[in-house]
Amino acid sequence: MNSIVCLKQVPDTEALIRVKSDGSEVVLDNVKFIINPYDEFGIEEALLQKEKSGSGSVTLVCLGPQRCVESIRTGLAMGADKAVHLDDSAFEGSDALSTAKSLAAQIKSMEYDIIFCGRQAIDDDQAQVGVALAEYLNLPHAALVTKVEVADDKKSITVNRQIVGGEEIIEMPVPCVITAQKGLNEPRYASLPGIMKAKKKELKPVKVADIGLDANEVGATGSKTISLNYSSPPARTAAKIIGGESPEEKAKNLAKALREEAKAI
Amino acid sequence: MGKGILVFAEQEEGKVRKVTFEILSEAKKIADKKGEQLCAVCLGKDIAGLGDKFAPYGADKVYLVDHETLGQYTSDAYAKALTDLIIKEQPSIVLFGATINGKDLSAKVAARVSAGLASDCTEMKLDDSGNFCVRRPIYAGKVLADVGFQNTDIIMASIRPNVLIASEPDTSKTAEIESIIPEISADNIKVKVLEVVKASAGKVDLTEAEIIVSGGRGMKGPENYKMLDELAEVIGATVGASRAAVDAGWKDISDQVGQTGKVVSPNLYIACGISGAIQHYAGMGTSKVIVAINKDEEAPIFSKCDYGVVDDLFRIIPPLTEELKKMMAD
Repeated sequence: MNSIVCLKQVPDTEALIRVKSDGSEVVLDNVKFIINPYDEFGIEEALLQKEKSGSGSVTLVCLGPQRCVESIRTGLAMGADKAVHLDDSAFEGSDALSTAKSLAAQIKSMEYDIIFCGRQAIDDDQAQVGVALAEYLNLPHAALVTKVEVADDKKSITVNRQIVGGEEIIEMPVPCVITAQKGLNEPRYASLPGIMKAKKKELKPVKVADIGLDANEVGATGSKTISLNYSSPPARTAAKIIGGESPEEKAKNLAKALREEAKAI
Repeated sequence: MGKGILVFAEQEEGKVRKVTFEILSEAKKIADKKGEQLCAVCLGKDIAGLGDKFAPYGADKVYLVDHETLGQYTSDAYAKALTDLIIKEQPSIVLFGATINGKDLSAKVAARVSAGLASDCTEMKLDDSGNFCVRRPIYAGKVLADVGFQNTDIIMASIRPNVLIASEPDTSKTAEIESIIPEISADNIKVKVLEVVKASAGKVDLTEAEIIVSGGRGMKGPENYKMLDELAEVIGATVGASRAAVDAGWKDISDQVGQTGKVVSPNLYIACGISGAIQHYAGMGTSKVIVAINKDEEAPIFSKCDYGVVDDLFRIIPPLTEELKKMMAD
């Protein structure tokens, strides 16, 4: 199986994110960056499928600034074979659909059976790129996938995906796009030999012109959504602590507060 | 430039999702300000009976797109039917519920018709110049972004369920109903649904629940969730879990609330034995009322919730359930 995994670098889930006082931008100084956790499930699944089939390759494709190289190397250290890095200042400010369009422009010249994406990136939380990428490449997709089975003839796959109130099992032909949901697998850690090997693996930088797009078609100018302002959500104040002599009394006081004061029940 | 606001009215097995009414109610105000029509489009199989559901919330016109391939949601069939309608009617704004299907469909259709799309929005409005804009949480709710649109004839947005308020339905209102038989052929559908497995019939999904009772590490084991099930039963709640409880294997991943689980926004969120890590808060911080029950008075959740009970949850929940049972009976 030949797989492509789209990888985004995002701030760590623990990171404290601040907004510049004039609301013009989100401050990411001193923030630790990681591979988007859902993309990590994608990398793991691509590696598992390659191991299972006994042949093929796993190629990472990442769009983002220079700092992303660290995350790409981590993905290579996990076991991916090579990587393409769409790194051009023209991409700055790309919204989700513009990002998907650039990824599609890169991927259309590559060989693959399955493209893995995370179900969403945990910074912008749009959940658009995987689905839109499939559309731009005119491929079928399945979102929120928790299990992948490749058919013996490798011409189709069966996946389990999350739906409201349960899951469904669907079949689709390859090539196709999968967006990975938590539960798909347990991503491996990069081993020390893996980290050493990763340094020598191919990491190809790509500019806008290389994928046949004009600089005006990508980045903030090529995007159809623009961020106008950023703000911090209103802070919730400390809890009103419900008192009482006994657990029973506390329970009673809480029930009363919920009905009479909060009017929530 | 197109005209009119089109709302994707999501239904499942003939039942319209509540978020549809929430969106219609708010979109009506915007349509009135713009002096444009508000339309609802409902896709499904044998849905003629749903035609009168949308006018009470402000829809001027209802499109019923009925086809045997639309009985079960697939991105392929739904995107084909919706795209054809959008191309024909040229709406200026298309709105979806930010549900699993709504997010899937909106991304596919936006890419197909070259629209601008903002997902999982919590507010929408016209700015002072009359431009449509939205507010959406990013970084799992740590930041709010105000988003505008440019270079596009069609604006699309998906709206988080349970955030906008549905107006009181006015059943005296009627809408023009147009039935559409879509052109969907086998070639349009590349994916095949083999099987649908429902976790438990009739259970309200966490993302749509009005009340959520959630249990974390403090629950000590899967057997103790029965206590939360009983409390949930009494107040009509859905049971959720923290990442710690899911990672321990006590609850299913579909029950997880938080940054890497579901983002929820109920009227009431009762967190039992949950410390309130930043990732958990990211998934439930927009709940209207948050209650924490935790024996550790230093738990971070007490610094950002509305009501706190510092005590052993095993000693609080049974009498709380009893107390609420009495109250609900009144």
